[in-house]
Amino acid sequence: MASSLTVKIWRGTDSGAFSSYEVPRQAAQTVLDVVTHVQRFLEPTLAYRFACRVGMCGSCAMTVNGKARWTCRTHVARVAREGEVLEIAPLANLPVIKDLATDMTGFFDKWAAARGRFHGSATRHDDFARVAPGSPERAAANAGIECIGCAVCYASCDVVTWRPEFLGPAALNRAWTLVNDVRDVAQTERLRAVAGDAGCHACHTQGSCTERCPKQIAPTLAIAGLKRKVGRAAVRGEL
Amino acid sequence: MSDANMSDANVAGVAQAKRWYWQRISAMVLALCVVVHLAVLIYATRGGLSAAEILGRTQHNWGFAVFYAVFVVACAVHVPVGLANIGREWLGLGEATALWLARAFALLLLVTGLRAVYAVVA
Amino acid sequence: MKRGSDLRARSHPSYWAFLMHRLSGLALALFLPLHFWALSRALDGAGALEGFLRFTDRGVFKLAEWSLVVLLAFHLMGGVRLLLIEFGPASGLRKNWIAVAAGFAAATGMVYALALFN
Repeated sequence: MASSLTVKIWRGTDSGAFSSYEVPRQAAQTVLDVVTHVQRFLEPTLAYRFACRVGMCGSCAMTVNGKARWTCRTHVARVAREGEVLEIAPLANLPVIKDLATDMTGFFDKWAAARGRFHGSATRHDDFARVAPGSPERAAANAGIECIGCAVCYASCDVVTWRPEFLGPAALNRAWTLVNDVRDVAQTERLRAVAGDAGCHACHTQGSCTERCPKQIAPTLAIAGLKRKVGRAAVRGEL
Repeated sequence: MSDANMSDANVAGVAQAKRWYWQRISAMVLALCVVVHLAVLIYATRGGLSAAEILGRTQHNWGFAVFYAVFVVACAVHVPVGLANIGREWLGLGEATALWLARAFALLLLVTGLRAVYAVVA
Repeated sequence: MKRGSDLRARSHPSYWAFLMHRLSGLALALFLPLHFWALSRALDGAGALEGFLRFTDRGVFKLAEWSLVVLLAFHLMGGVRLLLIEFGPASGLRKNWIAVAAGFAAATGMVYALALFN
């Protein structure tokens, strides 16, 4: 395949510009392959993140033609056909360290702020907890526990853009999985942490998170669950 | 973070959660009211609107009065929450400003709405 | 200044549904005080209300009224979709309800247009 691909890559920090490169097209080429080629042969100073290359770690998430995606799982043939330009930028809603690498600190800080951490009360001396796998709570938790914290949903959410304090879909989805964990003992604190406009109640069901999640998780529904639980608890004065 | 600060954020969050809750409850009420109202206004519009026809139906009609008073109250609860969100997210208003504008609009809807119900029923 | 998303990230049905729901709600919210004021003309007697109704008989008003009826129907069904997502059983983004909202709004618009021209 002798044809070439024009790719525009973001260079700079939060301010910067797109630089254009010509890259040879290859069969079964992914966007990550393109970025790697540019850094190795055309622009050694290009900064970007990746790890597993096989769609398991979520490190390679970037904005491809305006949409947040895993670049190792995005075939160039699908997003930039003959004659079309490929545009690669860092994830939105996160500060840019350099070029395609963003600062994920805020994303994980919000994870913690949403009480996205398990708090148990059992010790090594207690028997194993018995959790019925078919129970509604376990089904609800299972629907969201595959999240690997790639920030594609966070980058896709306009409410995150419009409200800087909004915890975001990933943190809230994690909180929902723990709300449904019958072993967790920090439930009241967790509901308080996700209540209100910084929490679940600012979600406007835009659904971009659910549309874009590479693991097919539906944070929209997790947030809906939180809205119900927190709303009822708030009105009953339990918070 | 001191206990006082956590409590402030908590209080705000709980208040916002309650506003969400009442906005959804009023939405359920409005769903019924709007279906009825659409039917009413389509019926009323046929053959042209006239004050005599409208008032002939609404004057001294206490069922009508109760229904539309409930409708007005539900609007006063439902509408301002959405407006406050638009104010915060699209107009860059601060939390307190958006809240007070919302409350003012709620009062406007309540007063003008109940006045309108009275106007056609009395 | 962190970068936000552009139109390409927003090109999916659930986002359009959100946008239409917000814009229709805004239009209806701004219309309501006018609507209440108009009905309050009756406080000055049937003649005052009649005068207002005849004033708004012209095309531009009828078009505005028709648009508001369509937006109201759309906002109603979009709202039902949201209530289902938030309170109903988990069933994804319920995009079929977006179609229901559009269809109901179109049908209501046609019925109202028939009533206007009857």
